[in-house]
Amino acid sequence: MTTVQPSPPPSQPTTTQARHKISWMRVLLWAGVIFIFFFSLGPPLWELLTSIKTTEAITADRVVYLPGLTQLTLGHYVQLFVENQFYIYIFNSALVAVISTVLCLGIGSPAAYALARLRIPGEQVVLTTVLVVTLFPYILLFLGLLELVQLTRLANNYLALIIPYTAINLPLTILVMRSFFQQLPKDLEDSAKVDGYNTLQMLWQIVLPMTLPALATTGILTFIFAWNEYIFALTFITRESMKTIPVAAAQLGGTTTFEVPYGPLAAATVLGTLPLVLLVMFFQRKIVQGLTAGSVKG
Amino acid sequence: MPTLELKNLRKAYSSEIVPVKGLSLTVEDNEFLTLVGPSGCGKSTILRLIAGLEQPTQGQVLIAGRNVNPLPPGDRNIAMVFQSYALYPHMTVYENMASGLKLRDIPAGEVQKRVQETSRLLDIDHLLTRRPAKLSGGQRQRVALGRALVRHPDVFLLDEPLSNLDALLREQVRADLKQIFAAQKSPVVYVTHDQTEAMTLSSKVAVLYNGHLQQLDTPDRIYNTPANRFVAGFIGSPQMNLWTLPCQDNDAILGEFRIPMPCRASSPSSLGEIHLGIRPEHVRIAQNNDEITVRGQVFLIENLGMSYLISVRVIGAEEVTLRALIPADTGWHQTDIQLALPKHRLHWFTTDQDAARIET
Repeated sequence: MTTVQPSPPPSQPTTTQARHKISWMRVLLWAGVIFIFFFSLGPPLWELLTSIKTTEAITADRVVYLPGLTQLTLGHYVQLFVENQFYIYIFNSALVAVISTVLCLGIGSPAAYALARLRIPGEQVVLTTVLVVTLFPYILLFLGLLELVQLTRLANNYLALIIPYTAINLPLTILVMRSFFQQLPKDLEDSAKVDGYNTLQMLWQIVLPMTLPALATTGILTFIFAWNEYIFALTFITRESMKTIPVAAAQLGGTTTFEVPYGPLAAATVLGTLPLVLLVMFFQRKIVQGLTAGSVKG
Repeated sequence: MPTLELKNLRKAYSSEIVPVKGLSLTVEDNEFLTLVGPSGCGKSTILRLIAGLEQPTQGQVLIAGRNVNPLPPGDRNIAMVFQSYALYPHMTVYENMASGLKLRDIPAGEVQKRVQETSRLLDIDHLLTRRPAKLSGGQRQRVALGRALVRHPDVFLLDEPLSNLDALLREQVRADLKQIFAAQKSPVVYVTHDQTEAMTLSSKVAVLYNGHLQQLDTPDRIYNTPANRFVAGFIGSPQMNLWTLPCQDNDAILGEFRIPMPCRASSPSSLGEIHLGIRPEHVRIAQNNDEITVRGQVFLIENLGMSYLISVRVIGAEEVTLRALIPADTGWHQTDIQLALPKHRLHWFTTDQDAARIET
């Protein structure tokens, strides 16, 4: 049997006061959390709810916030796929975004590596130029690009989107990847060389695996840009079968000029956002994870 | 034939930055050569030149009699342990150790056998499936060592491999290192700024300063007969007492006391001044029959546990500090201490630019 020394009773007023204080803090905290939650997630939630409400529920006189069971439908989604052939647009968007991202990383990373590791004459000039390019609002390039597209007859060609998307995202990719390469310990590369890796093997088997978090981060940025881009896609592509999701969603029409198809619009928005959400959620861990941890020092 | 030979090696980054200035040395099998020197003396650059990670501006690196200058690091059959360990973070310990072997087309069975052997030797065989991130500093250090040992290279290069360990672990690993490398044949080139490591591990020590080789000798000779004033001051802790003293009639003048100079120091070229050095551990409390003694006043006592390091102001020479290591069980007179400077423990150096040793 263990004897327990009874602890002196705590003085009553201080504890209740403390508890009182804490509970107030908690209330404030949760109020803040709920406010931020609805403030930032309200619009997407509303879109999501709208996309699964029947048209009657959407247009009802009394606003239906939470649809009842009878007011739920997947009809808007079905309509998008059956009547509007949305899978074509999803495919187009995915194709353009994926190729742009791959090109951007494929061109940008080697450039960044060279800028980080080699002593290139005029390195500062190159870097400053790259930085200045990022400062341009890309919309300013629009008219010039239009001329170029006409000149090269690239209209209604995926390249008309892929090339500008890649070019616009290259500077950021180069800058981000360069600073990432710079903080990669050089000893690792030296160690690989001593171990007998040639340059290509070293880059592919040692440097690349450690670069994945940075590649994921910059890749996602490029992908989101390419997926969401509207003006170029609207102007350079006029053929129906080659349009991307943002353009297709914007061009959804009702049966008459005066009908706004709220349901299908909301469904299209959700469809257009979903891949990005999934992508970010999947790569989030990779992005946050410090993969170099443990390679050097302790 | 020496396993590793450096011939008049020079590395210059620009006309001002020349970390290695004409270095020549050879390392035989079974030798453990330590390059030691203060920061920026070019010791790491020398290692990188041997490894082939840098190209020499001039001179040659020969491994087993073959000029390896044109060879990339991977073809030189050397292994290197980096200060930061440089383990591949995305590979397991096993893969880290095996990668260098696999690249050399060594059969899988042999790779496995060697990794097993080496990991058992280093006591890391239970860690083979782990990633470096899941290892402690000491374990990472062993894996880095294992990655080098498993290769059975012609030359081992170690770049301050202990400097990231805490003091206690360092002492232990130092002892392990000595045993591991004594048990194999290939020569080792070891870079450190820690003179204890240099003294305890090596069969030969190369003291470097300012891109020049100051002395290449056994640890014993480096300690007992330093070739010049720099080596004398750099090796040994606590640091050697080094004074620049005026000379008169074949004696060096230390305050009120005269210290007879060796005959050869009295040549006309060194007239005027001379450098005199004596290690604190060689200064004793004077007894009656001591030949050379000085008196002074103790102004600082540092307790090192097994002994006291006392700082003494010599009478008649206020600017001169004499530091002596006195066993803890000895007593002394605080304001008037008499210390003996044993004659055979004195080191004399010229006052010209080389500050070379004057043999007695």
